[in-house]
Amino acid sequence: MYHKEKSIQIKNSASALYNNLSVLRIAPRRLTYFTVVHANVVNMVSASWDGLNYSHRQLQSKEPNVATSTSLIMQAAFCVLPSRDLLVVTSQKGIQMYESDGSIMVYWHALDTPETPTAQAVFARGISAVWENYICVGVSSGSILVFDVPSKGSNITLSEVLEEHKESITDMASECSGSQECIADLVSADDGGNLCVWKSGEEFQLLNKISGFDMSCSSVKLWKGTVVAGYGTGQIRLYEAVTGILHAEVNAHARWIYSLDIAPFSGLLLSAAEDSLVRVWHLTMTPETNSVEVAHLHNECVTDTQICGAKFCDGDGYAFAVTGYDLSEIIRYTQS
Amino acid sequence: MSVRTLPLVFINLGGEMLYILDQRLRAHNTSEDNSEKVLNDIVWTMFSKPFMDELLKPQQLYSHRTLKTVLTRLAHSSIMRLNPASMDRLYELMIMAFKYQVFVCPRPKDLLLISYNHIDAIRELVKDTPAVVNQVDETHRKIIEVYASSSEGEFQLLRQTLLIFFQDMHVRVSLFLKSQVQNPNGRFALLTSGPVPHRVDVPGLIRTFNSKGREVRRSEFPTGGSYTSPIREGSFELHGDRVIRLGTNMYEPYTIFLSMYNPSCNASTLLQTDDAPNLLAKEELNLLARLMGSMKAENVPGVETGFRISLFTTDQEEEEAEASGGAEESLCGVINIQAMQDEQAATELARIAGQFAEREEESDNPSSSKGDDLLAMMDDL
Repeated sequence: MYHKEKSIQIKNSASALYNNLSVLRIAPRRLTYFTVVHANVVNMVSASWDGLNYSHRQLQSKEPNVATSTSLIMQAAFCVLPSRDLLVVTSQKGIQMYESDGSIMVYWHALDTPETPTAQAVFARGISAVWENYICVGVSSGSILVFDVPSKGSNITLSEVLEEHKESITDMASECSGSQECIADLVSADDGGNLCVWKSGEEFQLLNKISGFDMSCSSVKLWKGTVVAGYGTGQIRLYEAVTGILHAEVNAHARWIYSLDIAPFSGLLLSAAEDSLVRVWHLTMTPETNSVEVAHLHNECVTDTQICGAKFCDGDGYAFAVTGYDLSEIIRYTQS
Repeated sequence: MSVRTLPLVFINLGGEMLYILDQRLRAHNTSEDNSEKVLNDIVWTMFSKPFMDELLKPQQLYSHRTLKTVLTRLAHSSIMRLNPASMDRLYELMIMAFKYQVFVCPRPKDLLLISYNHIDAIRELVKDTPAVVNQVDETHRKIIEVYASSSEGEFQLLRQTLLIFFQDMHVRVSLFLKSQVQNPNGRFALLTSGPVPHRVDVPGLIRTFNSKGREVRRSEFPTGGSYTSPIREGSFELHGDRVIRLGTNMYEPYTIFLSMYNPSCNASTLLQTDDAPNLLAKEELNLLARLMGSMKAENVPGVETGFRISLFTTDQEEEEAEASGGAEESLCGVINIQAMQDEQAATELARIAGQFAEREEESDNPSSSKGDDLLAMMDDL
């Protein structure tokens, strides 16, 4: 179904972090951007569609105008808003937002770090663009910071702090089907496997809370009102977002899942785990019976590699890319 | 990242170091008294309350340089002396062993079982000295207490922090190469078969439910691997069967832990090498220790004699050592310890390590960086 393409070499190897690959497709310029985190650096590659041009850039995690003090980065993700695209980088010290090509930092938000370290680690993790003008970022305490993003410029402000989770945020996702009918806009996941479903607005509204079973949910997606969640047990669960009804449960992987992605136009689902496997599934929604079907389509084994990032490169799922711990390349697959 | 890595880092790296030193001391027919003294002294320092309390403070992981310096100091808390080149080699072996254990660890919480395997073996090494055994037990209890409330997610964060620390290190270890847990390119093998970790279901099943929560459909999919049910869970108590073999002494002959993780390398294959068990492991350690100066461990009663261990002193001596490998040259060929390329770094390290002999008088150090407190405190022991 898929065959391997030529890999893209990156300057450093990927770190073992959840959701460690972000992809931004820029159709007008026939380019795709990829970002992969290595310790305190974000490796950005811009790849032309004809496969001839690759340009690289590295971003460091640090406060602006401070020469030293970099910190470990937890995640880097592109946020696509109607008016602009931004690259958000979260670390132990704070949150940076860049123009999508990584050229200029437009915003910096410092996390509250106590003078002497406490038993709880401090970091930001979990990034999602929501609706028209919000970017939400999770924090290790369980808080979710909601930033209001204007259509241009750097006047980004912290609009709200959502305090619902009690454990570190792992991942967040917004409704990606493009449908206006969905009530839920955002789902957030934490280290205990708990999921919160939100409606965005000047004040975000909590629509539902789905309890975890004491097992970290490392990656989450929201599509057509369905939450797709990947867990440390290797399981994928599909819930109806607003009601919390469990639609399906898949014993998908033998190890911790690190990344999930959905191709919104085709309903293809990508799952990747530490067991070295990437799997492609197909989701079918039947609104009449309120059911969801999961069908398995394809496996790829990246030998001896604990996969840490996997993303579709386009909305149909025609191609996908994969990163692995200690691997200095982005592996690509295309439909045959 | 995680602020709770240091206690586990020291227990596991320290444990690996003790395995290697124990094997080396015995291979060189060091007197039992001296061997016991060396190991007891190191364990005593490592598990001492001030040292452990310092490690247990929430803090970021030290850099490789600092870690190596502290471990050198730890080794020198005994009457044995290692030169910087030897310490480099030792450090590489320790790091690669621990990297392997963290990498293939079935689930993040098993990092504790790996640590407990090390502690159990350490307890065995010092069993004839009750005071040291008590020290080990006390520390073990503290570790159990500190990590008791950590969730799986927090253990995974700890593991991720360690993996970042080990990133890009692919030193080849002959023992791993022989048992095929490491590939010739230095990367560890990951099996898509064998028992799944505790709490994980064997992959392959898709279940669909209706809105009442009743299962309405069940289907299977090809997993591309051959997984089996989990084995029983190991014990997290002070004493008990840890079940997983990661963290046990891989330098012991006839070790069967490898067979658990590599079906093609079963216990009987290992037992067949009766005459020269783990030939490559021995050869590697011999290679390392080839230039070990004679350990002047004259057993003069009542007088403590320090003895020097010098592994590789110069690159030239390293080459000579490899050349004299003789019949085992083909085996030597696979041994690829990264040569020490950064002369400056090595000199710097030696200077830092040397400083500790001089620093013993200093009590105040205003410019304390990570690990300095620990080092200063060790000088007071």
